[in-house]
Amino acid sequence: MDDYVITVLSNIGMISFIALSAYLLLLTGEISFGQQAYFGLSAYAAGAATAMFQMPIWAGILVGACAAGIIAMVVGALTLQLSGLYFSVATLAFAEMARLILLIVEIQVEVDGEMVGPEGANKFHGIRWMFERDISLAEFMLLIYGLLALTLISLLLVERSRLGSVLRMLGSDDLLAEMQGLNTVRYRILAVGAAGVIAGVGGALYAHFTTYVEPQFFNVMLGVHALAYGLIGGLGTAFGPLIGVALDIGFLEAIRFIQGYRMIVFGGLVAILLIFMPRGILDEERVHRLKAVFSRRNHARA
Amino acid sequence: MIDFVQNTVDGMMFGSSYALLAIGFTIIFGVMRRINLSFGATIMLGAYIGTWLHVQHQVSVWIVALTTLTSTVLVGIYVERLCFHAIRRSAVLASMVSSFVIWMQLEEAAIHLLPERTYAFPALLAAGSFELGPFLFRAEQTSMLVLAMIMVGVLHVLLYRTRFGLALRAVSESSLAAAYMGINAAWVTLCAFALVSLMGGVAGYAILSTDAQITPFFGLWATFKGLIAMMLGGMGSLPGAILGGLLLGVVEAHALWYLGNEYKDLSAYLLLFGMLVLRPGGLMGQRILSREALAFRRV
Repeated sequence: MDDYVITVLSNIGMISFIALSAYLLLLTGEISFGQQAYFGLSAYAAGAATAMFQMPIWAGILVGACAAGIIAMVVGALTLQLSGLYFSVATLAFAEMARLILLIVEIQVEVDGEMVGPEGANKFHGIRWMFERDISLAEFMLLIYGLLALTLISLLLVERSRLGSVLRMLGSDDLLAEMQGLNTVRYRILAVGAAGVIAGVGGALYAHFTTYVEPQFFNVMLGVHALAYGLIGGLGTAFGPLIGVALDIGFLEAIRFIQGYRMIVFGGLVAILLIFMPRGILDEERVHRLKAVFSRRNHARA
Repeated sequence: MIDFVQNTVDGMMFGSSYALLAIGFTIIFGVMRRINLSFGATIMLGAYIGTWLHVQHQVSVWIVALTTLTSTVLVGIYVERLCFHAIRRSAVLASMVSSFVIWMQLEEAAIHLLPERTYAFPALLAAGSFELGPFLFRAEQTSMLVLAMIMVGVLHVLLYRTRFGLALRAVSESSLAAAYMGINAAWVTLCAFALVSLMGGVAGYAILSTDAQITPFFGLWATFKGLIAMMLGGMGSLPGAILGGLLLGVVEAHALWYLGNEYKDLSAYLLLFGMLVLRPGGLMGQRILSREALAFRRV
């Protein structure tokens, strides 16, 4: 594989994290325009951990994901009474606040005679873990997809468990869930925090893949795209957002020849897709039917 | 002290354009309860078509104004047909994402029309500034504030004093119940979208002719400023839209003066987040229904 293909595939992998993060919240019925904030905050925290304090990469990813998770839980607690458009706009406001604060923050420390650290609008350069350890792009891609597979498996396990049913129940009717005696507050903060952690893992990887981070990358367009991925791929299974990301990035790369008209074509196609499949390609009904087909086949074999 | 008052005045002048934008958002988000992300892009494409005629064919200012308004209405109808009419009402998320991809589509279409970064936008009337005591006012921006107030008055009468307004509010509350009352829900929604797009076109034209230029960032700017002003004022409240716009403008002006350019947008989002956490209904909006009240609605 040449570097171009590896870069595209790595991008698909890293963006998948934020799509899964938005998807987890969609399951609980909340539309967040702000998951890019946790991606970005974690990218800065993880970059700072490895570049400024010489931590190993696993510690960097851990620091980034934990920071994102804790901040997400705080935001989740503050916005607990909000739902619908109120919640969406509050998350949007938080994400833009985080981005604009990162545009101002300047903290630098001296590492090997060089100043390293976030430099406000001048980006955060020098996250050179990959070069220092002589890690190739392909090896890093394996790390990305390894962590992505881990995240996906945990999400699929959660979906099969009682927790998954509770989350979907919150999504379809949280009042009813509360009347069943479920602690909706605890589940919602849990979901928001977990979504923050997932986005955070993606952000930490992103910082080390590109070797620099800039706040401009985490603008609201990234957040709305993350939502769109989940919806295009389908809300029935955690594979949905991955299909959405692969379709979006893959398709946009494939139609490079109509440079300049790509959004006109792609936007129109997505709009038409949503008319026929308002809950995405793999929606709950289709997933259910697919599962039925598979289990019948297994029964026949046995 | 003079600085403080002049800043407040400047803020209110900028805030009047936010107020104009927030009125359209209040009708779409607050009254009709649709999440139409492409509203800003609709206004932008309409204004781009008007500017394109001006740049290519040197048509008169009046024709630019007229084209801007008609094309905004047509683009608004396109958005309604594709993203809202064609998708069933319960699929809120699908409509929202659909309106988002159409935003990207409209923006790309506008950039194809006029590929350069900025274009001069022809003003309808050239007006200067006037002084009131020691303070400076700009005539265009003052007239925008007056325009916003007139629009709120007209919309208020339309929404609460006419059969059409009653039908629109009924459809927003429950389109099924409205249909049983003999209201053609699809037609009412289409008319409402056309009307809101017209209002958006008027707002966009007034803002652009005050700025005297148009850039491809206008769509994003209009969407954000309108959304923030609407939420600050209170979702669904027309007078709230004006108050929210003015509040946003004043806070931004003070942040710009006392803290610097980096803090201008930051202060706006901080204000919005704080308002949503502490007082989600905004300045003038209703309180969010408590859970008990929601439960009562069911039975």
